[in-house]
Amino acid sequence: MNFVSPDLSPAFAEMFVLGMTCLVLVVDVYLKDSQRGITYVLSMLTLLGAAAITATSGVVARELTFSGHFVSDPMGDVLKLVVYATTAVVFMYSRDYLRKNDLFKGEFFMLALFAMLGIMVMISAGSMLSLYLGLELLSLSMYALVAFQRDSAQAAEAAMKYFVLGAIASGCLLYGISLLYGMTGTISLSGVSAIFSSADQFNIPVLFGLSFVVVGVAFKFGAVPFHAWVPDVYQGAPAAVTLFIASAPKIAAFALAIRLLVDGLGDLQGGWQDMLVALSVLSIIIGNLVAIVQTNIKRMLAYSTISHVGFILLGILTGSQEGYAAAMYYAIAYVVMTTGAFGLIIILSRKGYEAEHLDDFKGLNSRSPWLAGMMLMLVFSMAGIPPFVGFYAKLTVLMGLVEVGLTWLAVLALVFSVVGAFYYLRVVKLMYFDEARETGEPEAALDIRVLLSANAALVLLLGLFPDGLMSLCIKVFQ
Amino acid sequence: MEILFYVFATVLVGAAIGVITARNPVHSVLYLVLAFFNSAVLWLLLEAEFLAIVLVLVYVGAVMVLFLFVVMMLDVNVESVKSGFTRYAPVGVLVMVIIAVELAQVIWVRHMGLRGVGELTPMPADYNNTRELGLLLYTEYFYAFELAAVILLVAIVAAISLTMRRRPGLKAQDIARQVGVRREDRVKLVKMDAEERQ
Repeated sequence: MNFVSPDLSPAFAEMFVLGMTCLVLVVDVYLKDSQRGITYVLSMLTLLGAAAITATSGVVARELTFSGHFVSDPMGDVLKLVVYATTAVVFMYSRDYLRKNDLFKGEFFMLALFAMLGIMVMISAGSMLSLYLGLELLSLSMYALVAFQRDSAQAAEAAMKYFVLGAIASGCLLYGISLLYGMTGTISLSGVSAIFSSADQFNIPVLFGLSFVVVGVAFKFGAVPFHAWVPDVYQGAPAAVTLFIASAPKIAAFALAIRLLVDGLGDLQGGWQDMLVALSVLSIIIGNLVAIVQTNIKRMLAYSTISHVGFILLGILTGSQEGYAAAMYYAIAYVVMTTGAFGLIIILSRKGYEAEHLDDFKGLNSRSPWLAGMMLMLVFSMAGIPPFVGFYAKLTVLMGLVEVGLTWLAVLALVFSVVGAFYYLRVVKLMYFDEARETGEPEAALDIRVLLSANAALVLLLGLFPDGLMSLCIKVFQ
Repeated sequence: MEILFYVFATVLVGAAIGVITARNPVHSVLYLVLAFFNSAVLWLLLEAEFLAIVLVLVYVGAVMVLFLFVVMMLDVNVESVKSGFTRYAPVGVLVMVIIAVELAQVIWVRHMGLRGVGELTPMPADYNNTRELGLLLYTEYFYAFELAAVILLVAIVAAISLTMRRRPGLKAQDIARQVGVRREDRVKLVKMDAEERQ
């Protein structure tokens, strides 16, 4: 057989992250508990280095390497940069929280970096095999992170649920992939795409395999009816881990959907569109309605995530380049908003106490007007109130829907966004018009304060000047 | 050949059903062993001898034995696990029927208009399975192979970080202290006068 050594240069970022993570693994063993700061600095350097490599790679066209298992394209680079930034923000928010709760250990950073590596693999997956392996790398690290707080029974329960349901979902995805492989005889996404572009598309076996693939994707997104794990995991995991689970893996789920459904099965769009319509409608309805009755803010944000996921799916199901760009914009906007909201929960938490009840936000304005102001911007953005980024993200998705003639879907999404505004505004009411249960300003280190301000400012800036990011999103899909 | 395939495939499916319906967890594991064994035979029919032998050696020989140990050590109350069975059975049966109908359609609809794998050509007798597998694994599937290695590394890190911890009141041996013990720590010689005989 003739074999040409693969061109390694497109995968430099992955190799760098893997090498650095192994270095952190070894260095951390020799550190005393008081020196864990070195692990933190090394992890941040890893992210910085990876960002430098990806940013300077200057990929302009689609490029395949590793016998087609690895694909590098502009979309992948943009998503990877977002993931690095998100992970860095997660580390910064979590540092003091982990210290206070005796969780400041090297394993947190290592597992998070491995999870990030999994996301990177998924983002640049060129075959169903590497897509699945990236997904497993991400999921395994996540299961361990959720169970990371060993003394908490709640965390152990959440990890068990996540693990069992995640295993079933991986099984579904794998079953779908194996059916598609059996029908096409190829495992590379471009090969599958080439076969379906010429073959008869709408026969039952293909749809059967496709539906299992969609189930796997929907589970990883946390879309209704595969959402059961989301609230429990968000609530049970320590806030720092929840922050991570809520942010970066959504980018991974977006990449999974784009790679599988668009790159690989793009010609079956007529088949998966209806499935995604059902998933997104259910997600938006159930996410927004059930969030109303939650008293735990982590659970409330979990249901809010479910409704946001519905919007991301709405963008994908249009099947147009504008729709994909809108979905990508929405995913990035969602990550920016959600890191801020969970960052605030982390700031309000104290040693051994998670500020996860809505009551903990009562009278926040009297305790710290500045924190309340930041939270106000974040929840307004989540509710989709202009001029924040959430509004613009929702708008582009809805415009994409109207353009492809799915106006009824846009109207439905709009109606339930209004319903959803209720529980977001309730947080504002609690912060500004209720009596505080406790006094004193929440403690937060200077860098975390700056970070939260920057986060909220980004929500405002991206809302006021959306064109830069939007044109980037459109460019990568052309 | 075809009849052999159907015999082993039927036993495989039966064993898989046995895994999830057996009341006793030990029986479930034994059914799983049967299922693995049958899949190994199916691989043999496809002339993938190496994979078949590895499946038997690694999964049946090592993993399942370990599984069996763990299941036997866990004191699972079977009755409480099965208590919700009748309540959830209708939903489960419904899902099962739907999947079965869909599967049947997949099997019956033969004209798929797709390339399919087609007939497999038998390889000559000196065809080296292991060598071909190694060649593929380290060339075309190198990336996937490395990723699998990273996943195993994560599994090790996760398992160690979740189990290695000091719990108060844990009854564990401290070998260093055991070895370093001196006579004075354990034996105390007390000098006392002999008692008067009474």
